[in-house]
Amino acid sequence: MAKHITSGTLHNSFDRRSVVLGSLQGGIGLLLATRMGYIALAQNAHYTLMAESNRVSLSLIPPRRGWILDRMGQPIASNRADFRVDLIPERVIEADRTVDELAPLLGLTAIQVQDIKDKLDEAHGFQPVEVASHLDVEKFAAVSVRTPDLPGVQPERGFARLYPTGPSVGHLVGYVGPASAKDYAREKNPLLITPGFKIGKDGLEKHFDATLRGIPGARRSEVTASGRIVRDLETREDIPGEPIHLTIDGGLQDYAARRIGLESAAIVVIDCLTGGIMALVSMPSFDPNTFADGIGRIEWKMLQEDDHVPLLNKATRGLYPPGSTMKPMATLALQLHGVPPEEKVNCPGGYRLGRRFFRCDARHGLVDMRSAIEHSCNTYFWTMANRVGYDAIAPIARQLGLGQVFDLPISGQRAGIIPDAAWKELRFHQPWSSADSLNAAIGQGYVAVSPLQLAVMTSRIASGRELTPALLQGQMHEGQAHAGAAPLAFTPEQLAVPRDGMFRVVNGSGTARGSQLVIGNIRMAGKTGTAQVKALTTRNALGAWKGRDHALFVCFAPTDAPRYAMSVVVEHGTFGAHAAAPIAKDVMTYLFDPASAWKRLLDLEKQWGGTPSQRMAAKFQAFAAQYGTAAPKVGGDQSVAAAMNPTPVETSAPNQDVITTDDAPHGPDEAASPAAMPSPEAAPPPPSPSTAQPMVSAVKGAQ
Amino acid sequence: MATGLLPQPLRELPWRVLLPLTALVLFGSAVLYSAAGQHLFPWAAMHIVHYVVFLVAAILLSRVPRERFKHLAYPLYGVLVVLLVLVEAVGRIGGGSQRWLNLGFMTLQPSELMKPVIVLVLARFYDSLPPALSSSWRALIPAVGLMALPAALVIVQPDLGTALAICFGAVVVIFLAGVPVWWFIGGGLAASIVAPLAYFFVLHDYQRKRVTVFMDPEADMLGSGYHIMQSKIAIGSGGMFGKGLGNGTQSHLQYLPESHTDFVFATMAEEWGLLGGLFVLVVFFLIFRWGLAIASRAPDRFSQLLSAGMVTTIFFYMAINLMMVMGLAPVVGIPLPFMSHGGSSMMTNMLCIGTIMAVDRWSQRGRVTSG
Repeated sequence: MAKHITSGTLHNSFDRRSVVLGSLQGGIGLLLATRMGYIALAQNAHYTLMAESNRVSLSLIPPRRGWILDRMGQPIASNRADFRVDLIPERVIEADRTVDELAPLLGLTAIQVQDIKDKLDEAHGFQPVEVASHLDVEKFAAVSVRTPDLPGVQPERGFARLYPTGPSVGHLVGYVGPASAKDYAREKNPLLITPGFKIGKDGLEKHFDATLRGIPGARRSEVTASGRIVRDLETREDIPGEPIHLTIDGGLQDYAARRIGLESAAIVVIDCLTGGIMALVSMPSFDPNTFADGIGRIEWKMLQEDDHVPLLNKATRGLYPPGSTMKPMATLALQLHGVPPEEKVNCPGGYRLGRRFFRCDARHGLVDMRSAIEHSCNTYFWTMANRVGYDAIAPIARQLGLGQVFDLPISGQRAGIIPDAAWKELRFHQPWSSADSLNAAIGQGYVAVSPLQLAVMTSRIASGRELTPALLQGQMHEGQAHAGAAPLAFTPEQLAVPRDGMFRVVNGSGTARGSQLVIGNIRMAGKTGTAQVKALTTRNALGAWKGRDHALFVCFAPTDAPRYAMSVVVEHGTFGAHAAAPIAKDVMTYLFDPASAWKRLLDLEKQWGGTPSQRMAAKFQAFAAQYGTAAPKVGGDQSVAAAMNPTPVETSAPNQDVITTDDAPHGPDEAASPAAMPSPEAAPPPPSPSTAQPMVSAVKGAQ
Repeated sequence: MATGLLPQPLRELPWRVLLPLTALVLFGSAVLYSAAGQHLFPWAAMHIVHYVVFLVAAILLSRVPRERFKHLAYPLYGVLVVLLVLVEAVGRIGGGSQRWLNLGFMTLQPSELMKPVIVLVLARFYDSLPPALSSSWRALIPAVGLMALPAALVIVQPDLGTALAICFGAVVVIFLAGVPVWWFIGGGLAASIVAPLAYFFVLHDYQRKRVTVFMDPEADMLGSGYHIMQSKIAIGSGGMFGKGLGNGTQSHLQYLPESHTDFVFATMAEEWGLLGGLFVLVVFFLIFRWGLAIASRAPDRFSQLLSAGMVTTIFFYMAINLMMVMGLAPVVGIPLPFMSHGGSSMMTNMLCIGTIMAVDRWSQRGRVTSG
């Protein structure tokens, strides 16, 4: 540069530099024009496609779920039109603030708000979180008009699952719920994250999910960036899922469930013509209607703290010592091994085996096979079991369904235990003893069966056929009826003995006289059972609920042409005749004379504080008032599943002989026996299933 | 121009620039009309009102004599610096950053006014600097100081876009003032060292994010890259002729952010296509050619630097905005002159136009007096 700068040189410099500046600006202008041409022309197709995929949103319409129908074609699970509001976490800007804004619009309580925030914490991406469903039109509209200010909030019209009888069918059908992240990971199906879509989470809903699901419809709509739909362009209707037809009698199922009342019990009713299961009840239960909306903290706490274990399906997953309900079956085994039904045994109030004395309930005097059932005389069965050997009884027990798992669409069926020498050797590495035989002969010791198995056993005795229990109508051998199921390997005379004995239990001078059924010429036959749950020196009928005996009753009716077979197990119900038989009588009455059965139930429900749904609602209110938002968080799908399917805890405790003292004048009920199975009341509470303690349940079958 | 029918004051107006400029403003108004869903309000009508008001202001400004400009340069600069400090103080007290002062009848954004005033004050500075000192430190240090003070005040607001505009205008004036070229080379080197440091230590998180997103917008489609991506989609899907007025889905379905301000060009391009874009570029070319022509024949150093600096300020707005919407620059909040809705942007740009018109008048008068 020049040393002496004048205004002239500066002027020249300005001219030169302004040309540089101008060219630079021109260059940038050309660059911009080129760039725009490149984007708008060369990449036009690419960006046109992207604009179109912005504009048009393809959304799935959740298919209407197939109905679950009972044997009359009445719905056990159906759908009803529903207004709902969901949150799409991916689109929500401030989740907490959005929920707080929605709360007054939807009338949500603090507890509901907390539950929604819990669900939001768990959800991510496009997995929708249900804020509210079953909304009325006003609330739905109130939210709909505010969606532009509430990004991620999606009001939707759709269908929701409806279980008309609620808790009565909870364990039978299971429940539906939004797919979890795990479900979505397993099945990469966009339907799973469509708001309003639910999958089967338990029971029949889960087992038949593929059948019930249906095919989603689709909707092409123009949407704004915030997800608001401007207009629908094109819609394809959904194809509803297939219905499934059950053998269940919806009315009977509901009646039986409600008749259980405040007890913790299971009832199974089987059609003696076909083997179809007409009722499969476990109470208390959960309400699948409220589960479908997601399980809240209060509801969870309520279910968790209930010592009646409402999350366990006791009908198929509960195992109980059958006690004396095994005796009719045992008479078939004895006859098969040559014991004449007329042979009498003297009962002096007990039975002496070697130096040990087994106590009976009473001094029955001379009893034959029929009166041994009628009076539930243990001495008779001990004497005979000792004669033919227990090995003669176990196979017949299995043949009649005990210790068996059936081909049913029910997950988590438990086989239970029909013990024998081989089992004991495998399990405890100890030889089978005569005392084991005596215990097993009267349904105690290691014996553990489910209410379903007891009902199958009763149906087989009543029908004389090897009925296979079924839940689906197609699966049932309807047309074949008696001709279809193979006859049992007993003569009619042999079968008459347990039937006569059971007739006399109810209609003679037996243990269940109080539950006699008289409807026209219809009579009921049955057998009571009482099973001790704890090793105690005396029968425990009055102590703490948890320590009381289980009450059992099996029955069938009508006696002249058996049509229905039933088992009732009342946990800690004390005596079978006292707690189980009256329930069985009322449920049986329902089948022949529903009007009088309903009258009796409605009277009872007045004392109990309403229907199960009403009682649950009242309890919920009490819990909500007590805990408010202080209840702990729900663990999610896994913990619910864990609560419903407790893993059997195997105990490795060495066998203690059932009879521990020699020559002492006390019965086997006085001794402790380590149970090989956990009692259902020891169901592990999630989320720590390891806390389950195997329950000592020495058993006494008597009465 | 051959406008013999018009009265003298109207004939004196620089129609060479006013016609294309008015066409551009009306075109912008049409785009705003469409962006509002075929409604004149809230944007399209106000856009024209802004233009007319500030056009009158520009014409009045063009009648201000050169000596008045020179006298007012330093006082104006001083007042604006005080206002910038005041804005910062008010913002601090009010808890939170703020860029404007509420005067009751209007809100004043001092940083916006600083863009033309920095050009004015530097033109004044170099005008008074003896030519012999042009290559000494006295030509640079005070100028850099004049630039750095408001830039620093604006950057802490924080408003990176305006700070860059101030610096760019200032640097161009310094460059045109004839200081040695190697200072710019050195400055460029220094900037390439300072820039990474500034990126890590000076920029705010949101500004840093804009820079990284600009590098790779598609990596963050639903986050900050969203704006750039949606803008490119709008321009790209417009094609050659556009989708037609009112048919732009990107803007009408709100995929395009700020469709009426910063991204108005994308809104336009979607509906008017490449042809609309070329029209805008041509109008800007005419405006800048007019401005630079005035600068090159300006009668003195002050007028030269002033008019060239004003052209540069408008150019900077346009270039950064268009580069941003086309994905060539990070998202900085700079509107497109004469098209984006917004009063303060229109005011600044029309002040620049008015100043160039003033220089035009001085040179005509100068020619008249000298010739």
